[in-house]
This record gives sequence, C-alpha cells and structure tokens, in this order.
Amino acid sequence: MSCWQTVQDYGLRAVGIGERLLPREDFTLCQQFTLIGSGMIWNIYFGLVALTFGFFLATALAMGKNAQNPLLRKPAIWFIFIFRGSPLFIQFFFAYFLFLNLKSVAPFFDPFSAAWLGALIVLFLNTAAYSGEIFYGALQSIPKGDLEAADAYGLSGWARFRRIVWPTMLRLAWPAYTNEAIFLFHATALVFFSGFPAWQQRGDALYYASYFADKTFNPFVPYPILALYFIAFTLVIVSVFGLINGRLNKHLPNATRSKLRLRPNLVR
Amino acid sequence: MACYLTTVKHMSLYWSVLTVLSLLAITAPLALAFGFGGATAARAQFAPLRWIGKGYIAIVRGVPDIALFLFFVIALDQGIEYLRHQVLCPDWPDTIRQGNDFVVCQAAKVPLGTAPQWVHEVYGFMLAVLTFAIVFGAFAANVLFGAMRAVPRAQLETAEAYGMTRRQTFRRVLVPQMWVYALPGLGNLWMVLIKATPLLFLLGVEDIVYWARELGGTKTSRFTDYPHGDWRMWYFLALLVFYLIFTRLSEVVLARVMTRLTHGQATAGGDVQRKAAAT
Amino acid sequence: MKTLITTTALLALTATATLADGHASTVRMGTEGAYPPYNFINDAGEVDGFERELGDELCARAELTCEWVTNEWDSIIPNLVSGNYDTIIAGMSITDERDEVIDFTQNYTLPDPSAYVAASEDVDLENGVLAAQTNTIQAAFISETGATLVEFATPEETIAAVKNGEADAVLADKAFLTPIADEDPDLVMLDKDEMLGGGIGLGLRESDGELKAKFDAAITSMKEDGSLNALLEKWEISGRF
Repeated sequence: MSCWQTVQDYGLRAVGIGERLLPREDFTLCQQFTLIGSGMIWNIYFGLVALTFGFFLATALAMGKNAQNPLLRKPAIWFIFIFRGSPLFIQFFFAYFLFLNLKSVAPFFDPFSAAWLGALIVLFLNTAAYSGEIFYGALQSIPKGDLEAADAYGLSGWARFRRIVWPTMLRLAWPAYTNEAIFLFHATALVFFSGFPAWQQRGDALYYASYFADKTFNPFVPYPILALYFIAFTLVIVSVFGLINGRLNKHLPNATRSKLRLRPNLVR
Repeated sequence: MACYLTTVKHMSLYWSVLTVLSLLAITAPLALAFGFGGATAARAQFAPLRWIGKGYIAIVRGVPDIALFLFFVIALDQGIEYLRHQVLCPDWPDTIRQGNDFVVCQAAKVPLGTAPQWVHEVYGFMLAVLTFAIVFGAFAANVLFGAMRAVPRAQLETAEAYGMTRRQTFRRVLVPQMWVYALPGLGNLWMVLIKATPLLFLLGVEDIVYWARELGGTKTSRFTDYPHGDWRMWYFLALLVFYLIFTRLSEVVLARVMTRLTHGQATAGGDVQRKAAAT
Repeated sequence: MKTLITTTALLALTATATLADGHASTVRMGTEGAYPPYNFINDAGEVDGFERELGDELCARAELTCEWVTNEWDSIIPNLVSGNYDTIIAGMSITDERDEVIDFTQNYTLPDPSAYVAASEDVDLENGVLAAQTNTIQAAFISETGATLVEFATPEETIAAVKNGEADAVLADKAFLTPIADEDPDLVMLDKDEMLGGGIGLGLRESDGELKAKFDAAITSMKEDGSLNALLEKWEISGRF
C-alpha cells in the first residue's frame, strides 16, 4: 500500500472519516505519521477554540479581579485561584463526573460528556483563569502616565478602556500570554489520556501515538513523531504571536522596540 | 473509619505526599541550574554552544511534558547504562542491542541487579527528578534568558565604566540584578511544576495520584478487608484541597520574596516601596 | 595513568564475573498490581494475588531469589526489554505480536474467556455501545465488530461507564469481572463469552533463554504435581490442567 493511499485512508481518521479499522500490521512510518498527524486535528481544535473563547473570559476576569466592587472581585479571585491551583487532570475528572450527572437531569446536557464539548469547556475555563491572572498583572503595571493622559483627553468609560487600557494591557501581557498559549496547546494532550473516553478510536495525537507504542512495543518511534508535530506547531504559535506582538508594539518608537535586541550585545 | 484510614496502603499514600514534596524540593534548584546553564549557553559568544542552548530551549519547550515523559525516562536509563557499559565492560563480546533487547553487562546495570528494592526505588526517583529538571530547566532557561536581557543597560555600562571585564560584569552585576526580573516568571513556573506532579506515575514513581486512584477504585470483599464502591471522587477531592493549599502557600512565600527582591530596585514595585518609606 | 586504567578495567572484569552469579539468584518480577485476582496490591501495600503465589512458588522450585516490582501496564514491555526487571508476570496473554518482541514461558493458565457485564440482560451487543480499556485485546476485538467502541484509560472507568449509562456493556477478562458482578446488584454478567488471546504466560527477554528454561521447568513440575490447579482453584480462575 502506497503512502499516499495511507494518507487518504487515515488522514481524517481522527474525525471519523476514512478507514474504520486502525492498521494492525506493518506499522510503517507512513502510517504512524499519518495517524498521529490526523490526531493533531483534535489538539489544534481544542487549543484554538479554547484560546479564542478563553481570551474574552480572561479579559473579563482580569477586569473583575481589578474591580473595586467586591461582588465582582471575589468571584474572579476564587475562580482564578481554583483553576490555577489544581492540576488539569483533576479538573477533567470532576468535570466529566459533573457532566455525567447533569446528563441524567436533562437531555440538554447529553453532548457535554463527550470530549469535543466537555473537555473543551474545561480547557476554556482553565486557560481563561491562567490568562486572566496574566492580564490582571498587566493591568496593574499599566504606566500611570498613560491613564492620566487618557483622563486629560476626556476619555472615560468604554472609550478609555477600548483605546487605552485594553491595548496597553495586551502589549504588556503578550510575552507571558504566548507562553500560556503554548502550555494550553500542550495540555490538550491530556484530554484522552486521563480525562475523557475515546469513541470509536477517534482520539488526539497522543492517543494514536500510544496506540502505536502499544502495538509495536517500541516507544522510541511514535512518541518522537508526536514530539516533532508539537514542536512544529509550537513554532507556528510562537511566530503568529510574534507577528501580533509586532503589531501591538507598532506605535512605539523604534529604539524602544529594538532595545531588547540591542542589550545583549553589550554583555556577550 | 480511623482503622480504614491507617491501613498500610494509606500509609503509602501519606508517604507518597512526602515523595512528591521532596521531589519538588530537589527538582526546583536542579531545574534552576539547568535553566541557568541553558540561558548562559544560549547567550554565549561561541556559536555551537549558543546553538546547543537555543536548541535545548526550543525543543524541550515545544514538546508536551507527557509526551516527553512517556519515552524519555527509558531513553535516559538506557543512555546511562550504555555509557557505564562502555567504561566498565570494554571486552563484552555480545552486542548491546539484541533484537528488541537492550542488554548490558551486569556490572553496568544501574542499579546493580543485586541491589535491594529501595535502591531501585531511589534510582527511579532520581531519574524522575532528572527528567523533571531537564524539562523545567528549559522553561527556566527561557525565563532567565529574558531576565538577563531585562537588566537595565545603564547598570551594565556602569560596571564597564568601573573597568570590570565581561566575566566580572556577568558575575557581579548581571546575575545578582536579574533575579527581580526573573522571579514572576520563575514563580509561575513553580506553580506549573507543582501541577505537573500528577504525571509522576508515568515515570514509574508511585505518587499521590497513583495511590488515590488505587485506594479510591472499587474494592470487592474478596481482595480486601475494606470493600467499598467507587470512592475516587473523595480521594481526588482530598488531592484538590492538597494542591490548592500548597498553591496558596507558595503564593504567599513568593510574594514575600518578591517584596524583598524589589527592595531598592529601579522598577515600578521598587518605586512604590521607596515612596512608602518616604511618607 | 595508563596502569591505573588497566587496573580499573581488571577490577571491573572481576566484578562482572561475580555479578554474573548474582544475577542468577536475584530475579526481578515485574507486575502491574491492579488486576485482581491475578495481581493486586493488598491492604498491607504488597503485591498479592494468584500470580504472587505462583511466582513465589516458581522461584522456590527454580531456586531463585525473587523480588516484586510494579510498573504501569502501558510501559511494561519496553521496561522489560530495557532491563529494568527480568520477567513480566502480570496476567499477560500470549499473543503473536507480543511473542515477536519478547519470549513467553509455557502458559500457566488456560485461555481465559472475556465476558460482558451490563446493567441489564437485554443489551444489543451487535450495535450497542461497548466499553473497554484502551489498548487491550478486548478493545481491538470490539473495534472489528459493528458495535460502537468507547475506550477508557483504566478498567475502573469502564465499569463506571456501564453503571452511569455511558456504555451498554463492558468487555473484559472474565476472572476480573466475576467478583465485581457478584457484589454489585446493579450489574449482571451476560451469558456470552468471547475467546480472545491465548493463555497467560511469563514474559521474558528473548536473550534470556537460561531463565526461560528454569521457569518452564518449574511450571511443568507444578502442572504435574497438581499444585498449579490448586492455586487456580483457590483464586477462582477458570480452566484446569
């Protein structure tokens, strides 16, 4: 069987399209690359969707934690503390348990115990908590002068937030937020590993990697392949976030921007 | 109930709490050392050294820790035994890779085949520590690399003006001054490290999660004096509380250290302290 | 300097010679410790079960000193071939795929059937939702039938899935399911067995022929004098030699 044939059969296996039975002999490199790559669809889906939605909740949480009103502040503080303070795998465990129980209450909750929605919600809340803390830190270190300037221009309320506070916060938080995006992307590997069941052998990249490791009894091929995929996607994240970072800092004078790069020359 | 909570198995659970704590205590400085080495290498003048440093940071940071744990420990173990084999048994007639088997001479085995079980356990623990240190060292290297760049240039220029060599500047000014910039990142890393400990069981260390799962699982009366249903929920709840308390404690300690480090620094936090002292 | 190296090498060589003997007497037995009645951790935190008693008896007959180690199921074979222990005695069925990578002794149980446990008698095994542990022969078996396979990381979760209605039935080794179905009023064992896999044998490295011969001889002697059957009887594992 040619490699192209394998790609056609298994390229979308993780979402249930293609050959139903997983390969059970030969276990060629091509099969391993294809199936593990197919599993990456799930990792990217979880990472991307959770990060997108998490971003908005994180902004809200950061504003909440920064608010004067204890009714806004306390819930935000506790939310962030609980999700940042406990291992993800325990969060998965409790979420799965909770969704199963909700299921017996109302049929509306049926899809929640499936990974595509249930695990996504956990990852979404988790990343919102971590990013919320990062954004909160950035909010606190917004230069006083910027806020005073906003006041002087007569900006207030939404306009002040939209045009001054929020962009500055993002700019300050961006390097740490990039790290969080990487961590979240890595965390998606835990979904099928210790959180949610895999239906009809549709799993993420780690699921297929461990399938091959189990069948070939050789962990030194599938896991490095998995690692390669993740390194590649981490590089993609870093460069995309780097582009956004450049845009966020566009208005700054060149000297300030390149200062980071100039500094090391001195000590090197 | 009191009887149930004090079975030898529960003692193992309590013991594993100590295992996890000591693992954290040993890993943290070791990871910091790896991070320091990585960061220094990444900014070295000698290009190959710089590539090694940057490659280490990029590769290890790019791989999810579970994926790395699943094959890295075995690789590390085989690597150590391979090296020892080369040194101790140069005259070994057989090849090391026999089909699927990895066979080294008895003297090169780590620990020796005759060693008692506790030596094996300590060795497994040390391998886990080393793996954790290598993984988190890469993240620490990234943080320290950034922190070294964040030290105000004026301070380094001053050092040069005093006639310090590059090495002296590095040791006397850059390293002492970088910590205040590194601490938020390192603190965050510490939190991530705490939460990575449930992965220990992948490395062959019987950690709290292993025992919580083992104890919480359904027990039928044939195999135990204390049969019960699926109690994993309660054990995991206890774990949750443990991790939350531990996180809270770490936050308090880190905040204290930060206050100390900021003292007299040219940062926003240092400014606040100065003003508070003045009024 | 050169003499120093030679001396060390000599020392190492003598050490090798003595240690080779040491290997012959201490054998590390790798097991999972989570699969009653074959192997599990008892209240005293020690490995217990059918295979514990069997292994101790085999070691006594082969005049070996044995030590018990537990290891995760997923990495139990890679750790054997890389030399972290010398045998796998963990309810491991003899299959062709495994036999290509490691060696097995003769089987010490007859092929144990796999059984279904469900919440009620009338489940649709052909088109229903069947739970199994990830990467087991049972999971592979279901994936080839028309049923919908749902995989969980641990056996515990597969049982839980049936109880909470996620799955219609769970497929696992009969000896593992029997005590659970006996004690839980909500679960019933279906009157249908699947014969999957061969009997259970002791796994060894392919390069360890000598050790394999010793264990084979010990198993043969236990089969002959009926002590193996007595053990199977005691732990309620089906099939007698």
